[in-house]
Amino acid sequence: MTRYTPPGQDGSVVSYESRYDHWIGGEYVPPQRGNYFENPSPVNGRPFTEIARGTAEDVERALDAAHGAAPAWGRTSAAERANVLNKIADRMEANLELLAVAETWENGKPVRETLAADIPLAIDHFRYFAGAIRAQEGSLSELDDDTVAYHFHEPLGVVAQIIPWNFPILMAVWKLAPALAAGNAVVLKPAEQTPASIHLLMSLIHDLLPPGVVNIVNGFGVEAGKPLASSARVAKVAFTGETTTGRLIMQYASENIKPVTLELGGKSPNIFFDDVSAKDDDFFDKALEGFTMFALNQGEVCTCPSRALIQRGHYADFLAAAVKRTEAIVPGNPLDTDTMVGAQASNDQLEKILSYLDIGRQEGAKVLTGGRRAELGGDLAGGYYVQPTIFEGDNAMRIFQEEIFGPVVSVTSFNDFEDAIKTANDTLYGLGAGVWTRDASTAYRAGRAIQAGRVWTNCYHLYPAHAAFGGYKQSGIGRENHKMMLEHYQQTKNLLVSYSPKKLGFF
Amino acid sequence: MASRVELTPAAAQLLRKLGGDHGSLMFHQSGGCCDGSAPMCFPAGEFRTGGSDVLLAELPVEGLDQPVSFWMSTSQFERWRHTHLTVDVVQGRGSGFSLEAPEGVRFLIRSRLLTEEESAALDG
Repeated sequence: MTRYTPPGQDGSVVSYESRYDHWIGGEYVPPQRGNYFENPSPVNGRPFTEIARGTAEDVERALDAAHGAAPAWGRTSAAERANVLNKIADRMEANLELLAVAETWENGKPVRETLAADIPLAIDHFRYFAGAIRAQEGSLSELDDDTVAYHFHEPLGVVAQIIPWNFPILMAVWKLAPALAAGNAVVLKPAEQTPASIHLLMSLIHDLLPPGVVNIVNGFGVEAGKPLASSARVAKVAFTGETTTGRLIMQYASENIKPVTLELGGKSPNIFFDDVSAKDDDFFDKALEGFTMFALNQGEVCTCPSRALIQRGHYADFLAAAVKRTEAIVPGNPLDTDTMVGAQASNDQLEKILSYLDIGRQEGAKVLTGGRRAELGGDLAGGYYVQPTIFEGDNAMRIFQEEIFGPVVSVTSFNDFEDAIKTANDTLYGLGAGVWTRDASTAYRAGRAIQAGRVWTNCYHLYPAHAAFGGYKQSGIGRENHKMMLEHYQQTKNLLVSYSPKKLGFF
Repeated sequence: MASRVELTPAAAQLLRKLGGDHGSLMFHQSGGCCDGSAPMCFPAGEFRTGGSDVLLAELPVEGLDQPVSFWMSTSQFERWRHTHLTVDVVQGRGSGFSLEAPEGVRFLIRSRLLTEEESAALDG
């Protein structure tokens, strides 16, 4: 076991600055109105840095810088941009531990996750899009002997990206990598709950990017996010968050006739067919881990497997084993490499989860384990901790229908295949799902029948680049993590060329 | 009289302040990930409601000229309609474009089941 020293203390691998201004045009720029807000660590609830409180004026400056940088950046060769992305990845890899500890302090998640998932995935994401842009080709259509349609990819120009707080660095990279690979300049607004770690990343990589290609404006949604999302000077808005803000961003985009990509969450079903329990083997063990994935990242994942559907034949036994596996989760200091579940990202997030634990009980759901705030005491007093919780209930309950975004899973049973699919699809959302079975035919048919963009089949919570990720239904628009995201950051230019000297004959 | 939504005194007080700063106000209940269960507070009309939304309440707030409307998408309402909602305020920092975030607080929904009598009166 390793316990990392909190950032800023003697012996820590990383220190945050005491204040972060906006990153605009390759330098730090103070907020025009001179205001800052405190940024607490969820680990202990205490502020560790202060952050520029951006407003429309700051957004305009960032857009000026981005528009200044976009034309030249857009003209660089794909090879040149790919090299930049690869260098960013290398720089991050060389500083992996530093970034992981910083991200844990910022978000509250266990450092074993930032070390093994958040930061390595972010690194690979840059490398993937470095490769994807090198491999991307335009196309041509030979319309007839003398006429050819050429299709070129062109960058959109300046794009806006609004980043969530659950994976502050990884979610920023999911959006930055394709946008930069495609040749766009970016104005990015981090979440107000996790505004600092992206600056630590920029401090490591700023020399690799031309000034103005990436600009970071911090602040609150209403003060900085809205002027960015509603600006006529952005060619596209990318957002990860919730449905009301997603609709509002679409509304603003409609005023400017600009495209959006949205990732708005889900209420993902995780389906365990009877044959999972046919043997007590590695696969059974893996399925139990798959169930327990609801606690990964404290449940603060858009695809949290927060509804477990267990077939009746093995329901009692599988659930008993799942409760046992859940009770083996080690809570504790997020900076300790043995810790499996850390702190919720903010106090209001904690309060929301507690409000769902309350309505779940009122609706008659049974608490099989957990169900309360966890008071860890000592250095962690004041942090935002929740016990991993299993509810047993009915799919019509609120705890089955809304994303709690905490370490809470709601369990129900099903009779047969049709019943499983009916319950799985009885949701407003369609982002992720899990299917667990030893029968390949069942797995295939279930995967195709579930209305969700990603169906993990005999696995869960893998997020490799080169596998498309995005939602059906109210879960959003667009597919990230895949080369198809490049086209969400590109225009298509068609040159329709005649090589014939002969006129058409109309005039 | 049965209602679907009410305000805590703390929520009403915050709305008075926000109303003083921004004029008439509305809520739209969010869904989905991140801040998904938060009631988002906007200047009235900022968020365009339409045929896919339900108006759950017009909440009078002492000191404000206009009541604060409370909206939810119809599809979400179908899954929430058996519960009574109380808008409260907690310390925190929500994302989204809700007006209260810069104040260091967050509107929060607390819920209880509607009684059979209340449901009958409201759905009647």
